[in-house]
Amino acid sequence: MQKRISNLPFKGTPEQKQKLDEIIERHREQKGAILPVLQEAQEVYGYLPVEVQGMIAEGLGVSLEEVYGVATFYSQFSLTPKGRYNISICLGTACYVKGAAAVLDKISSVLGIQPEECTPDGKFSLTACRCVGACGLAPVLTVNGDVYGRMTPDEVEQILAKYE
Amino acid sequence: MENMVNIKINGMPLSVPSGSTVLEAARMAGIDIPTLCYLKGINEIGACRMCVVEVKGARSLVASCVYPVNEGMEVQTNTPKIQKSRKMTLEMLLSVHNKDCLACKRSGNCEFQTLCNEMGIEDSNRFEGAMPDASTDESTLHLVRDNSKCILCRRCVAACEAQHVAVIGPNNRGFDTHIASPFERSLNEVPCVSCGQCIVVCPTGALTERDQCDEVMAAINDPEKFVVVQTAPAIRATLGECFGMPVGSNVKGKMVAALRRLGFDKVFDTDLGADLTIVEEANELLERVKNGGPLPLITSCSPGWIKFCEYYYPELLPNVSSCKSPQQMTGAVIKTWYAQQNHIDPKNIVVVSIMPCTAKKFEVKRDDEEAAGVPDVDIALTTRELARLINMAHINFARLPDEEFDPALGISTGAAAIFGATGGVMEAALRTAAEKLEGRSLDSVDYKEVRGTQSLKEAVYHVGGMDIKVAAVSGLNNADELLKKVKNGEGGYHFIEIMCCPGGCVNGGGQPIQPASVRSFTDLIGDRSKALYEEDKNLPLRKSHENPIIKMLYKEYFETPGSHKAHEVLHTSYTPRKRY
Repeated sequence: MQKRISNLPFKGTPEQKQKLDEIIERHREQKGAILPVLQEAQEVYGYLPVEVQGMIAEGLGVSLEEVYGVATFYSQFSLTPKGRYNISICLGTACYVKGAAAVLDKISSVLGIQPEECTPDGKFSLTACRCVGACGLAPVLTVNGDVYGRMTPDEVEQILAKYE
Repeated sequence: MENMVNIKINGMPLSVPSGSTVLEAARMAGIDIPTLCYLKGINEIGACRMCVVEVKGARSLVASCVYPVNEGMEVQTNTPKIQKSRKMTLEMLLSVHNKDCLACKRSGNCEFQTLCNEMGIEDSNRFEGAMPDASTDESTLHLVRDNSKCILCRRCVAACEAQHVAVIGPNNRGFDTHIASPFERSLNEVPCVSCGQCIVVCPTGALTERDQCDEVMAAINDPEKFVVVQTAPAIRATLGECFGMPVGSNVKGKMVAALRRLGFDKVFDTDLGADLTIVEEANELLERVKNGGPLPLITSCSPGWIKFCEYYYPELLPNVSSCKSPQQMTGAVIKTWYAQQNHIDPKNIVVVSIMPCTAKKFEVKRDDEEAAGVPDVDIALTTRELARLINMAHINFARLPDEEFDPALGISTGAAAIFGATGGVMEAALRTAAEKLEGRSLDSVDYKEVRGTQSLKEAVYHVGGMDIKVAAVSGLNNADELLKKVKNGEGGYHFIEIMCCPGGCVNGGGQPIQPASVRSFTDLIGDRSKALYEEDKNLPLRKSHENPIIKMLYKEYFETPGSHKAHEVLHTSYTPRKRY
């Protein structure tokens, strides 16, 4: 699946910018610096929008395309922001055969977002993940740290309502 | 004496320089191992697996393009195992390829198609299955990308990186991998300089110039329009390749004959515009030397370089000559002086230019390129598009007689002829500037120090009691290195020539496409350039300011170089551009 790209406005703070500058400075002379810088930048910003990748390219003296090529190669990187509550639905084998796809569709339609997207109010984001190691509870979803097992589409709205 | 190693290829003993790859060694033995992703010095990544060979003792087939020879090595290049592997590679590529070959511009000149033929592929649908989502990009004036024909060889990516532009690359991974720009932006939203070097290295029809042949035919067939064509210096040295002639054939006469048969009302020579550029630019140089700058003066003939400067070195724009390029000067003279002389409304003139360049398609649409209130040039075609027009008209190019340009704007000098090779504009300008500085006619016209394809050519010439330090570079990687120095106030140059494409216009992005075997293993740039230096040597006039038409134009129209009128018609301006 191709990486989704956020079109939500960038809300980086001067503090985040300062942290990123420090990260770049620390890796500047290192060969293959793009990967560790992207990893640390994602910890600072939560995701890697064009503004952040642009600063990394400028700072490391490489092209934006080179940075973007790496960012879209590895599944660990996200180009879309996470909401205050990140819903992660397992699409691993066990969850999938137990009907995770229908649960995912329901969440998508309730929130109006696709996997790897965030609601415009920044409240919920949605991730499709692979096996969380709780196959006995399939299908499973997590909201931040909370685990919900044996999910059905009907329960989705009720669960989402718990989060303010 | 180089260190040699002894190897065996297909049982034949062979002594080859150590450090050679198996691919290079095999060529010495007369075996051209097939390749797809390989481009010598530019893309040596061993990715496509077409060039696999068997090496005795090796665990598996090896990629010969990156595998070095060593003493006692035994190589097989044509076993059933190799053939099976190469065929499988092609069949896998075919399984995700848009096989609409009959309607593809590269049919007959496609490296992928050629290999399928050579390897005896019998079933182009042997593997069927999912097709990747292939996008097309038609956002720019100069290029069309059709990823349904892309084989992911990355030659375009390497060519773009070699130009220090690097706006395309492989995005995402696995089955989703595709060549595009960062954040999937279209090419007109990234700092692409329109050089077209990606097109000339593409082995398939994934990258092609934006074809404007139909627009030209429509103009020719419009009775209201007076359609004039002009051809750049580098076209005569390459057009023959499209009709099976050897690289380096000068086909000036046949080219003119073909254009006349296509129905153009007048066939003019951009070389005249080149002579005019030199007279204006030499004057600009002398003015700047006299008035204290800004120096170095940097040439402005190459629109890819201009766009690069606007994106990446906006602070050096005051150094760039305000002279329009020869294409635009020729167009401007046609729509002003020539239109007046012949009582034709410039609105009814269509100027078509034949250019070695895709960035010229961008240049014709630039601001401040409208001397007569209408665009100086209407349509810029590449060498390849001209060949297509000639083929569509079923003109037998090889059997055409040699004809001359129309005389009104058809006389040019050797100085203009060499514009198409790197260092040529510099040399042409020096021929004129030196005489102005010395105040007399000089016998010597050769400035050989600025010729050739080295990364940087520098020279100091003592003329008119002063030292003039010059530099010439081609390829934006070389330009980038030089400009870093200039930006830091280093070098002490008076005059710099920059050509966007490596080797200059003879290797422009609009030139005939030669396969990787030719690009990697012959001196394509040198062979094409030779045709231009030959032409220069054999022309009666070799200095731009001696061109009788140029003299007449100044006498009747522009008065003096750098005059108010000259500035109105022959000069332009530039603007900084935002990269992202």
